[in-house]
Amino acid sequence: MLDDKDRIFTNIYGWKGTDVKSAQARGDWHGTKEILKLGHDKIIEIIKESGLRGRGGAGFPSGLKWSFMPKEIKDRPHYLVVNADESEPGTCKDRDIIRHEPHKLIEGCLLAGYAMRSHCAYIYIRGEFYNEALVLQKAIDEAYENNLIGKNASGSGWSFDVFLHRGAGAYICGEETALLESLEGKKGQPRLKPPFPAGVGLYGCPTTVNNVETIAVAPTILKRGAKWFSGLGRENNTGSKLFCISGHVNQPCNVEEEMGIPLRELIEKHAGGVVGGWSNLLAVIPGGSSTPLLTKNVCDTILMDFDSLKNAGTGLGTAGVIVMDKSTDVIKAITKLSHFYKHESCGQCTPCREGTGWMWRMMERLVLGDAELEEIDVLLQVTKQVEGHTICALGDAAAWPIQGLIKNFRPLIEERINNYKNNLSIKTKVAE
Amino acid sequence: MSKTYINTNDQFHFSFSTKAEKTIENILSKYPPQRKISAVMPLLDLAQREAGGWLPISALEAVADKVGLAYMRVLEIASFYTMYNLSPVGKWHLQICGTTPCWLKGSDDILNAIFDTLQIKPNETSKTGDFTLTPVECLGACVNAPILQVNDDFYEDLDYESTKKLLESLLKNKPLKFGSSIGRKSEPETGTTVLLKVKGKKNAG
Repeated sequence: MLDDKDRIFTNIYGWKGTDVKSAQARGDWHGTKEILKLGHDKIIEIIKESGLRGRGGAGFPSGLKWSFMPKEIKDRPHYLVVNADESEPGTCKDRDIIRHEPHKLIEGCLLAGYAMRSHCAYIYIRGEFYNEALVLQKAIDEAYENNLIGKNASGSGWSFDVFLHRGAGAYICGEETALLESLEGKKGQPRLKPPFPAGVGLYGCPTTVNNVETIAVAPTILKRGAKWFSGLGRENNTGSKLFCISGHVNQPCNVEEEMGIPLRELIEKHAGGVVGGWSNLLAVIPGGSSTPLLTKNVCDTILMDFDSLKNAGTGLGTAGVIVMDKSTDVIKAITKLSHFYKHESCGQCTPCREGTGWMWRMMERLVLGDAELEEIDVLLQVTKQVEGHTICALGDAAAWPIQGLIKNFRPLIEERINNYKNNLSIKTKVAE
Repeated sequence: MSKTYINTNDQFHFSFSTKAEKTIENILSKYPPQRKISAVMPLLDLAQREAGGWLPISALEAVADKVGLAYMRVLEIASFYTMYNLSPVGKWHLQICGTTPCWLKGSDDILNAIFDTLQIKPNETSKTGDFTLTPVECLGACVNAPILQVNDDFYEDLDYESTKKLLESLLKNKPLKFGSSIGRKSEPETGTTVLLKVKGKKNAG
């Protein structure tokens, strides 16, 4: 278990204030000027050494991502964009960072922005987080008043602006290029890549898009050193991570833990265990709704990090752990997710626009059992045709939960179809 | 894709208030001068607040004029994002999350409580016109499930009884304080397992 002294987010539960004085008492904005003095490339090097991988889901090495930005500012300004459009079902970590640790995020913006030679950061926060946006805006204003950001930010001679932009309820804007489109005042429909945002991003300028958590942990890494961070967790999966444990647990909660913590320990130690005990566990979605579910026998031993979950055929994603006990109708649970993806598809690519609706309607029939046994394979085939055939990963994300369901719970689906048929034939006999 | 209902009645005349002009200037200053159209989303939000919770066609036109976009483009944007209401909603806009984490924790009970108290189903407005119930997808506070969003505020950790209490407070026009109904943030309800020293006295017992 992670030691309290190694925790980055010491105010994650909001027991202390969010104002700049309280934040400084927790160590924020301490030695910022000295870190900036290290220079652009040294900061990137430290982040590379720390092994920090993006916390938004894909797990791409953050230092490497920052190093893709051009080494000097030419005719186009550089932009840092922070992705606070947190909408993945099961995930609510960024919300707690924004409402309880806003200064960690703003300081991270300055340090990361400076490292990639940017003078401006936009934070794109989801529109539903209205009260959270108020807290963050207040923190930004305070940072300006105290000359922590703005002209000559923290006395470094570097000018740096932070702007807050509220979204308006579109899950797809969490995809980085859709987010940029939305920020430019258009519909949030993902762009084709390449060109990648590091070359052509916001307003056609070099841009890096990072998750809130990635940016908010950067200052602490730079202050305590790459060695400290890479000493936590496992090789290639270093550091600590915020986990969100929701669903059928006795004490749903957010908690910061070391990467690579066993899933069972995470649930039993922090979330009060599965409702009705570990033996009552049916399945776990380990990393937000897009990742395929795991059955109990895998959950017994699985470690929570990028590589371990990848090897198990799923993913860490955003570390939003959704727990389902044996009372759950797992087919209906996945159908709810299918409806989510149908609702949130941006409508740009045909396989996703048509496929998500088709898959959802098929799933609704499977909930009742009103289908033929062969249709399970047809559904599986459709998910394969959506997966990998769209501009962004929403098509994949819609396909994976269903693939996971069919892989792990095919006998249950077949049983339901057979039961439905039997009931139907009984009814007809009675009618005769 | 999500469905949008557009009220095309053109009897509503909207223009920004003088007070809003200052806010608009402030919003426009966030974006590079030649990129005014970036402000379309915050301006739509502002217009919706001024117009009483929804966007009549005239409000879309007012926003389009401010940022220099064709009317059609603004309608396209307003109908893409779910938080812009293109037809009127009640004074209390109830938005219920029914995605898996909330559903597992009993979001159906919340729906029942709303029906029993206000006799409205999803996508309906109460007879008095005060309440509109809209089903929405994940609101992003899953460890505090189930959640009901009322206008801008999240009410968390609800069950049948606490939802009834909340609705009754709205009926009396004295809304309860937003946040968790069991008085927590995102820590375990029975007390935290970490950061015991930081919490200090509060956790002594």
